[in-house]
Amino acid sequence: MNPELGRFALALACTIALAQTILPLAGAQRRDVRLMAAAPGLAIGQLLALAVSFGCLIYAAVTNDFSVANIAENSAVAKPLLYKITGVWGNHEGSVLLWALILAVCGAAVAGFGRNLPAALRARVIGILGGVAAGFELFCLITSDPFDRIWPAPMDGQGMNPLLQDPGLAFHPPILYTGYVGFAVPFAFAVAALIEGRVDATWGRWVRPWTVAAWCFLTCGIALGSWWSYYVLGWGGYWFWDPVENASLIPWLSGTALMHSAIVVEKRETLKIWTILLAIGTFSFSLSGTFLVRSGILNSVHAFANDPARGVFILGLLALVIGGSLTLFAWRAPILTTGGLFSPVSREGMLVLNNVLLCSICAVVLTGTMYPPFMSLLFGRTISVGKPFFDAATIPLAIPIFALMGIAPMVPWKRARIAPVLRHLWLASILALVAFAISFWGLSGVLPILSATLAVWIVASSATDIATRIALFRTSPSQSFRRLLALPRSAIGAAIAHAGVGVTVLGLAGMSQAQHKIVEIPIGQTEHLAGYDWTLTGVKTEPGPNYTALVASIEIRRNGHLVTVMHPSKRSFNTQNQTTTEVSIHTNLLADLYGVIGDSHGEGPAATYVLRLHWNPLAPWMWLGALVMAIGGVFSLSDRRIRIAAPRRYQADNATMETTR
Amino acid sequence: MTRFLRHLFLSLSLFLIATPYIALAVDDPSEMLPDPRDEARAEAIGAQLRCLVCQNESIEDSSAGLARDLRKVVREHVAKGETNDQIMHWMVVRYGNFIRLSPPLTLATALLWGMPALALLIGLLCAFIMFRRRSVTAPLPLDPDEQKRLDELSRGKGQTDA
Amino acid sequence: MSEISPSRRRFLMAIPLAGAGIAGVAFWKMLSGMSAGSFDPHDIHAPAAGRVIPDFDLPAQAPGEGFSSTDLRQQTKPVLINFFASWCIPCIAEMDALLSLKKEVEIWGIAYKDKPENAEGFITRAGNPYTRIASDREGRVAIDWGVSGVPESFLIAPGGHIIWHGAGGFDNGNTLNALKAVLAKVPA
Repeated sequence: MNPELGRFALALACTIALAQTILPLAGAQRRDVRLMAAAPGLAIGQLLALAVSFGCLIYAAVTNDFSVANIAENSAVAKPLLYKITGVWGNHEGSVLLWALILAVCGAAVAGFGRNLPAALRARVIGILGGVAAGFELFCLITSDPFDRIWPAPMDGQGMNPLLQDPGLAFHPPILYTGYVGFAVPFAFAVAALIEGRVDATWGRWVRPWTVAAWCFLTCGIALGSWWSYYVLGWGGYWFWDPVENASLIPWLSGTALMHSAIVVEKRETLKIWTILLAIGTFSFSLSGTFLVRSGILNSVHAFANDPARGVFILGLLALVIGGSLTLFAWRAPILTTGGLFSPVSREGMLVLNNVLLCSICAVVLTGTMYPPFMSLLFGRTISVGKPFFDAATIPLAIPIFALMGIAPMVPWKRARIAPVLRHLWLASILALVAFAISFWGLSGVLPILSATLAVWIVASSATDIATRIALFRTSPSQSFRRLLALPRSAIGAAIAHAGVGVTVLGLAGMSQAQHKIVEIPIGQTEHLAGYDWTLTGVKTEPGPNYTALVASIEIRRNGHLVTVMHPSKRSFNTQNQTTTEVSIHTNLLADLYGVIGDSHGEGPAATYVLRLHWNPLAPWMWLGALVMAIGGVFSLSDRRIRIAAPRRYQADNATMETTR
Repeated sequence: MTRFLRHLFLSLSLFLIATPYIALAVDDPSEMLPDPRDEARAEAIGAQLRCLVCQNESIEDSSAGLARDLRKVVREHVAKGETNDQIMHWMVVRYGNFIRLSPPLTLATALLWGMPALALLIGLLCAFIMFRRRSVTAPLPLDPDEQKRLDELSRGKGQTDA
Repeated sequence: MSEISPSRRRFLMAIPLAGAGIAGVAFWKMLSGMSAGSFDPHDIHAPAAGRVIPDFDLPAQAPGEGFSSTDLRQQTKPVLINFFASWCIPCIAEMDALLSLKKEVEIWGIAYKDKPENAEGFITRAGNPYTRIASDREGRVAIDWGVSGVPESFLIAPGGHIIWHGAGGFDNGNTLNALKAVLAKVPA
């Protein structure tokens, strides 16, 4: 388990990945069964080699091997074990290695789960994943070697940044990366389809679960990042339209569009070219987003500028992956045939509209994020594009999506009329109207009222969708239950995920009514905010392992009854000359009480303390909704038809479906 | 200051979702204006102004030193009774359009502001062309495969099915 | 089956590639510009040049004598105003460049948000390139100038017009050359 072994394993993984690219692709082209059969073994071999390599890096971090430059810069003896391990991916070199590892996991997963795929398609998909992985492993080896040694080795590392020692931040990157990298699989399927020149329903059926899986991870990753900034930064904000956040939102939006258009490919064999383009686009956004953010173009950090070789290499890699796939697209997509017919008013039509709206938002976020550097490059002028712009430009596009989300899942395929669908939704409409009335009376602002109404509408209509399908109250409960069990899991998953969107929107509407107060008070004084009495009962100094904390005790009462005592603190780190605030949050799931302690002035009993008190109604719902969305995705992944995706079975299913129509 | 922050960021940035500015954002309540209406106006103006040394954060959201100074300046101008436009103008004269979080509509930013409508229009146009093309092609002679599909289509008409 | 001709279809399918290509070239230009120091996407480009200097009156910062906007306006030669601070690492980095620049143009310093004793220590250690030094303890005058960070410099023509503005240290050759180009045009 020494760093040299790690580097060797990385080089080995890179070699295997190259073989994984060349052999199966050549085999598929020459219809050589033996070459194609090598693909799964190579993919698993690459994963094993990378796992050894990654294990070596973790081992070096855990054993405080400061002769490894990366460990010396990012770890330290006094660091808690958990953060020694998570710190491995908390830096550039380690994160690229993690990136490659996840890519290898994807390749091995296709090898493992894809036994039912046609041999040539599977060989091509694994081969393409191997090619992308080889590129990143080469990048790692040539310009970002995590195993570089330094001499003389320092006695202790420098990596004790207290801000980075947080569980949210520690597990956020792997989840987010899995989302980003997961889109490599639909990408590989798209490129393979372009090489084969054939896209059919089966292709759509295989691509969709991979897209849903990646989407679930990306959803969780984004939500976790947002939640992290909410509880760490200490001023109650949750989304800043920062370029780094946008870089994750853009692939999420296009990935959501992809997830929906793949349904059309699967059910109706149409929108094929568009779906292929979305699959390529989503992974391209994931790649370029993450790496251009690091290049310093979007972020005020010159991470690559320190080492121009990295910038050049990564741009070359992006050009190869994105440029290559889009060239293939331009060359091969025209030969793909277009499929089934449908009228604009139909499920397909709704899904097209969904794609138009989602992609419009995606285009707006992309334009807003990229406009400043392009303005700077073309006109030498700088502008800022921030929250006011993004709010104004995206919300009008999001509102129709929310409104349509309630109707669309109930619209029949091929050709439909809206009126019968709306008749099904009478109860949801009434509930939405009630929500409108309540929010009109209780909320301030047009947008929060509209959001709350739409949120209730989405949740209610999603529930109605399932209730209608299982004929709830129109037949016996046992009959309904049997129908529920027989319902495709993907349909239930979709309804859950849609309801999750509703929950998030409701959370956003609630958060718009948040109240806060900044006060400077002595011990014993009571402040009133949002119907609560907040009393500062004491402040004490507590020593920590490598910091001293100033801990406040705030008693919160409502109508005289004690609700909670919160202990926000401020940590001063002894050696780094840094301070961090530890927010204290008390939640009853309907609202967060959120307290922060700031500077203190004066000494003794006359001392005053700056406190920031927030009342954030429905705040947890924003992330809860994201979790519900991800649960919906997982539910849809458990669909029997995905698990038993044998082509023959699919054909049989398809035949029965056609006859029952 | 800017460069100093950049160095600080260097260590933080390597996280993909490095946050805008790791702020210890507890403000000094003495900054706030006594009249709540004035304070609300100052906050609204501040939310439109970019903290110059941070990422895409407004001065109201940041505890960077410069943001704090700019907050004070905004409140002084509000207290003097200046209009929002006057204060905005004062800032733009000194720091350029960079300080505005929502850029002004000019020829150069027309594409940016037009993007929502443009994207929607292009999308709807594509969808429209697709539908029109399909309806034009429908009456053309069909090959057996398409004939079969059309039969299925007419059989499935009007049914609700997942 | 479509009425779109194959050539037009081909053209449509090439649009994404063209878009990605344009973006790629632009990124390439940005990255190479950034490593050469000629392109900084985060440069604020505060529109100082052409403006009149704001009114101010600042106390002295040892070891120099303070100055006001009136003093600055009364100069008959161009003056370089340099905002600096002892806590700013790039300010240390540009000191050598300032010391040699001193021979070509008079430099007046303004200590930005700095304790007087720290600023004094910094100037004595680094060698003093300044003819006069003022202290902007609160950083408020700097805001009036449109300063967003240190170091930042302004070239003031006689009469009090700002004719050049540079954010960032003079250790960057591009900044230094830009100033020299302007200086060459101004009758000293």
